[in-house]
Amino acid sequence: MANSVVVSVCVSTAEKCQVVCKQKSSMISKMSHVSVYVLDQNSAYDFYVNKLGFEVKTDAPMGEEGRWLTVAPPDQGGLEITLMPIAEGMLFNKDTATQMRTLVQNGTFGFGVFECKDIYATYEELTAKGVEFSKKPTKEFYGIEAVFKDDSGNWFSLGQK
Amino acid sequence: MNYPKAYFYKRIVQAKMYIDEHFAEPIDVHHIANEAFFSKFHFIRQFKKVYGRTPHQYLTHVRIQQAKTLLESNHSVSETCYLVGYDSLSSFSNLFKRLVKITPSTYLAMQQKRQALTQQAPLQFVPGCFAQRYGWKK
Repeated sequence: MANSVVVSVCVSTAEKCQVVCKQKSSMISKMSHVSVYVLDQNSAYDFYVNKLGFEVKTDAPMGEEGRWLTVAPPDQGGLEITLMPIAEGMLFNKDTATQMRTLVQNGTFGFGVFECKDIYATYEELTAKGVEFSKKPTKEFYGIEAVFKDDSGNWFSLGQK
Repeated sequence: MNYPKAYFYKRIVQAKMYIDEHFAEPIDVHHIANEAFFSKFHFIRQFKKVYGRTPHQYLTHVRIQQAKTLLESNHSVSETCYLVGYDSLSSFSNLFKRLVKITPSTYLAMQQKRQALTQQAPLQFVPGCFAQRYGWKK
């Protein structure tokens, strides 16, 4: 009798678990693309690939003027950074494109945090390659942090893991 | 340069960047250590501490990464082998397979297929929501 009680408790817990798992599987599971707005895709390609050392994930022509360009740090996994040009067209009209370009150039947007193994070595190398840092590696209460800008004016925090 | 060991880091990073630029040449670790004002063994130890690989392991890594890039831009396997600094095609192929898990010729074939697809059906690589907003149609 005692055994059957134990068994029924287990089944009940398993059923609850199945319900929770089903709920979880229907939720957002991962991010595949994130956009960084850039002033010029060719220049951004040079910055992210040749200076930061990112890998090109997709570089596909889209008609006469379009280009789908995504990059990612070598150990990133699934997430691709889409280098989106700020140009008059589907996403921006003339006014909003001008406003957006000004905002990006002025360093309004911080797009994220990158990690590296050794922040001092990374800082030295990127500085040698001409990357502009607004904050050198500095010890903060949350860790060592540096801040750099891309060629458009977007800034990123750099931390050490 | 006002962080700890700035001078040390500068020398190690310069050595690393030297390898990045001269990977296709015969690189002598002893020579790089001298250039960085380190003894050979101290240099190897410090390089590994910063980059997680010995200078030789790092050189191999750079050569294989460059080989992948060359194969992606449609260079032949033998051309790639020599362009990244290997004299023996079989040694290069074995090393490539050990590190990338597929042979260079398989990698080249995969990249050619992907490139053809990128040209012929680029929308396969673009999330539908972006394609729609940009007016990119099949």
